[in-house]
Amino acid sequence: MKGKAALKTGGLVALWIVVALFLLFPFYYAVVSSFREGSAIFEASLWPANPTFANYEAVMTDQPFATNILNSLIVAVSVVALSLGLATFASYAFGRAKFKGRRLLLYTILGVSMFPQVAVLSGLFEIVRLFGLYNNLLSLVFSYMIFTLPFTVWVLTSFMRDLPVEIEEAAIMDGASSWTIVTKVFLPLLAPALVTTGLLAFIAAWNEFLFALSFTLTNEQRTVPVAIALITGASQYELPWGNIMAASVIVTVPLIVLVLFFQKKLVAGLTAGAVKG
Amino acid sequence: MSARSAIDKARARSAWVFVAPMLIVLALVAAWPLARTIWFSMTNATLVDLTDYDFIWFDNFVVHADGRWYGIFTDPQWLRALWNTLVFAAVSVSLELVLGVIVALIVNAALPGRGLMRAAMLVPWAIPTVVSAKIWQWMLNDQFGVVNAMLEGAGFIDGPIAWLGGSSLAMVSIIMVDVWKTTPFVALLVLAALQTLPKEIYEAAKVDGIHPVKVFFRVTLPLIKPALVVAVIFRLLDAMRMFDLVYVMTGSSEETMTLSVFARQALVSFQDVGYGSAASTGLFLIIALITVIYIMTLKPLGKEAS
Repeated sequence: MKGKAALKTGGLVALWIVVALFLLFPFYYAVVSSFREGSAIFEASLWPANPTFANYEAVMTDQPFATNILNSLIVAVSVVALSLGLATFASYAFGRAKFKGRRLLLYTILGVSMFPQVAVLSGLFEIVRLFGLYNNLLSLVFSYMIFTLPFTVWVLTSFMRDLPVEIEEAAIMDGASSWTIVTKVFLPLLAPALVTTGLLAFIAAWNEFLFALSFTLTNEQRTVPVAIALITGASQYELPWGNIMAASVIVTVPLIVLVLFFQKKLVAGLTAGAVKG
Repeated sequence: MSARSAIDKARARSAWVFVAPMLIVLALVAAWPLARTIWFSMTNATLVDLTDYDFIWFDNFVVHADGRWYGIFTDPQWLRALWNTLVFAAVSVSLELVLGVIVALIVNAALPGRGLMRAAMLVPWAIPTVVSAKIWQWMLNDQFGVVNAMLEGAGFIDGPIAWLGGSSLAMVSIIMVDVWKTTPFVALLVLAALQTLPKEIYEAAKVDGIHPVKVFFRVTLPLIKPALVVAVIFRLLDAMRMFDLVYVMTGSSEETMTLSVFARQALVSFQDVGYGSAASTGLFLIIALITVIYIMTLKPLGKEAS
């Protein structure tokens, strides 16, 4: 009986290792490739023989990659700030008040979050042109609202609904206005939820590709995903794989650190909607 | 009038003020552009000048002229993109669902290091899609890729395989990358559902000596079904609008082109806003149909009733 249990545990551990290897190997291989230079990159071995930072230097000097990172940061941070600001007030209304059309609105917003981005592309092109925002980061801050706003409203509404009623009623009895209640009473209580939703919105904005590819033109205005996708070499058939892998590692390591640091909260945020239905 | 109902009335009044800014932004960024896309789909507008166009009704969708059929519904390339999208969505979501449940069951075992395992599951999800696409493109490179090198080293293949070079293998590769990237996400959802299950049932089943496989199909699966349905719907909608992975890995290759790639190509690369908008509208209608079916099957939220 004991032998059987040990065998079962051993089998499970083996399965875990297989799963973990499959999940982690591609990124490991990207890191290994990023430290190889010249012809060494074409040897498909599993560790770097003579590690070098040459690719990292090259990706920073051959193109405005530092600018691309800054662009992505500016866009993602603005998108998060705007979405959280708008969504906090909206979620207060959705989570705490009963008003006509509330459910219809909530489901419409859920519907928007399921939009294919390409369905608004020509309409957005028109707006972007009209306001002269083509090849301008503002076009991205604006257009990214379509996927960050519905999602933040939904998640914050579910958090808002779970906050105790008593605190709010006490504040109302004391004559506090709705504005005071949201900013002074609820905002501190919502802080953990804001961190989670903000982080998820940040990741979504940081990774977005279709709008960034369509609304920017010059290398200086590109965000990181577009810059990486469009790194080219001397010819179409000689992609500088070392540079591409170095750029990939640069933009992924901070994300992985963030995600692992906040993993409990993120998983809770990701599954909140799904499990609660 | 009681204090409670006075509060409710005051809240309902201020509710609209609080919702309005968000609604205005959403109208500007979603409703209006969507309406314009649908409008453009019935015009012959081009990207060169969006103000100069004729209204041509449904000619971008289907029209019979000079003895030939035109419009996206008769365009072999659009139909191919539709087929590709359906194949991609059906195969990748099914695989992700089955593998996600298996991985969740494996990881759910109470062994030391479970936290690390869960952390490892977040890594593929945390990597930007474009970066994943590039890493896999490099790993699947026909000449220098590590996948071919490993398969050759192990004696599975004699010569290099052109994974992404214009054959049905390209779609297989793209599905594989999507499965790699998204299975952990599905597994995390399933894991969260598994951890809400009452332990007593499993202890009772163990005492009664019921086979674990039977316990899974009779007890676990029905209990986690709601979480699975949500996961499938979200994955399906995501897969139907797939753009970045395909665009980065195989560009506009016909073997793998999805509806989103087709629409963007018509709209941006060929500057044909009318035709591209028609393609976008077609995709929107398909996705809207899935969404409406999903929302109609949603049970009213318990808290809404009170």
